[in-house]
This record gives sequence, C-alpha cells and structure tokens, in this order.
Amino acid sequence: MAEFVLYEDAFKRIDEELRRLYQLSNAKLVFLVDRNGQLIASVGETRNIDTTALASLTAGNIAATGGIAKLLGQKEFSILFHEGERDNIHISLVANKVILVVVFDQRSSLGLVRLRVKKSSQVLEQVFSELETRRPEKKVEEISPFADITDEDIEKLFG
Amino acid sequence: MSFINYSTREINCKIVYYGPGLCGKTTNLQYIYKKTAPEQKGKLISLATETERTLFFDFLPLALGDIRGFRVRFHLYTVPGQVFYAASRKLILKGVDGVVFVADSQIERMDANIESLEDLKINLAEYGYDLERIPFTIQYNKRDLPNIVPVEEMQRVLNPNNVPYYEAIATEGVGVFETLKDIGKQILKELKKNY
Repeated sequence: MAEFVLYEDAFKRIDEELRRLYQLSNAKLVFLVDRNGQLIASVGETRNIDTTALASLTAGNIAATGGIAKLLGQKEFSILFHEGERDNIHISLVANKVILVVVFDQRSSLGLVRLRVKKSSQVLEQVFSELETRRPEKKVEEISPFADITDEDIEKLFG
Repeated sequence: MSFINYSTREINCKIVYYGPGLCGKTTNLQYIYKKTAPEQKGKLISLATETERTLFFDFLPLALGDIRGFRVRFHLYTVPGQVFYAASRKLILKGVDGVVFVADSQIERMDANIESLEDLKINLAEYGYDLERIPFTIQYNKRDLPNIVPVEEMQRVLNPNNVPYYEAIATEGVGVFETLKDIGKQILKELKKNY
C-alpha cells in the first residue's frame, strides 16, 4: 500500500506558509490534514484543542461532503464554511490531496480568510507537487525507520 | 495509507474495525480506551445516534511507543454497521492500512456476517485494495452467548484464507487487545516489507 512521506524541508515550507496564513488572516488556528484524517501541521492556539480528533473529524466532514457531491453529480465541494456563535471554521481542499483548515473569530472576516487561503493554497500546492516528483531521489538520501527494523522491535512495541 | 513524518518523527497508521450492525466494533474501541494509559491515548470520538448506534464513525488515536526513534501512532476507526449506512462505510475505508473484521458469533447473525464481509471486499476493491493482500484479522465476538456457531464453522465460512483470528468477548475485554496487537504487527511488518 502506498505511503505518504513528508520530509523535513517540505515540512518547514508548509509550516512557514501556515504561519504566514495564520498571521495575515488574523486566525485563531490554522492546520493542515491529509484526506485520511492525519494531522500534518498546525499553527495557533492549539493548547486547549484536541488537534488529532479535530483532524479526523475534518477529514470525515470532507469525505461526507464529497460523497454528497458525487450523488449530486458534482466533482467535489472544495470549500466548506461553518459559522458558529463565537468561532467560524473555513475548510478547503488543496491539490485534491490535503485539507486546509482555518478557525477564526470576529477579529477576522470570511472575506479576508478566503483571500488568504486562496494565496496560501497556491504555495502549498507547489510544495506538494514538488514532494511528489522529488520523492524517488529523496528516498535514497533519507534513512527509513523501516530500513533495519527487526521483528523483535515490532514485538517489543506490543510487549 | 500510512503517513511517515520525518520532521515530527512519527508514523501514523489507520486501522478500521468492520462488521455487521451490533457485532461489537464500538465495544472493542471502548474497551481499548478504558484500558489504555492516559498518555497513550487521545479522546474517543463517537458520532452516534441518540440510541448509541454508530452514525458515521468512532475514532480513537493510540500512541503505543517508539520504533527506531519514530513514534508509532495507530488511528482506530469503526464503521457504522447498519446496512443502510453503506455510503459512510465506504468513506471510512479510504486510506486504510489494516482491517479487523468483527464477526457476531450468534447463529442468527451468520448471514449478516457474510453480507458484511462481501460488502467489505467490494468497498476495498473500489479503492483498489484487495483483502487478500492487506493486513487483515478476524475476531469472532460474543463467544459467551449460548446460541453461537462453532469456531470451525465460522472459520470455514468467513476465513477461507486462514488469516489470524481471535475468539472474543468484547464487553469483558477477552480477545480485544490480542486482536489489536495482531493487526498492528501485521501493518508494521507490511511497512517493513515495502522498504
């Protein structure tokens, strides 16, 4: 089964872009999730939030909406927006691969968030497309955690 | 699809508990949640109906320890077992690394087991996965009930490829961790094989 491998340099660029988006959109929290619900990176007020659960539910949300889109003969709903009493959440698909989530309150606005998300999405798309094409050569340079893992290591984990 | 993050030094894997309605998928996750140390687990999220039937999925993140400096995390999901939630079930299988099929041992649920297993194969095929080629464990649950099918018969009907199987009483925790350990090991061995 295919794996999604994220290397340090790509992670840094993603983190930088999320930070920029966080600042420029006056957001409370910005995070990136893969479509299977695994958290890739997050920036902002994450201390009191269970980001792992948030990531999984966001991916579930996108998956459910994608299912609805298909039933209606649409390819995808690429943006979701939920308005709350205090906080709002803007969810969008980037490069059809990852999900960009921005949580914001009255210090920002939907218009500003949409604008900044659009700009950041272009940068992130670039990072992910490079990651895809560069993967083969990087694979040789990096030492895989599985390269010399033994059955004993696996047993020990479950000991 | 496992997710390996070199920056945070994490390996994330997705396990899905599949099976017919009321077979005990959620009960497996609840028991695991109850018996795991706080630092090893996240919140157990259940998207359920008012009558506690799974509506979309249950989710439990587990971090069991490190392998070669990489933190290994398992994300456990259940699917809604009821027949009419077919569309939701399929969505949850996306990116799965290993499947646990929880079979209900009661005689009257054998047809439901067969139907659910067929549904699993079809849904996996739609993502290009083949049940015979991915990490797969079967759990025969509810072994404490009086009207159950003998294990040999369940094996013959549900497990022709003889994948690892465990007898369980999920409400009491019997066989729950054995099943989880087995699928976890299979997934890591599969990852190892690919390198």
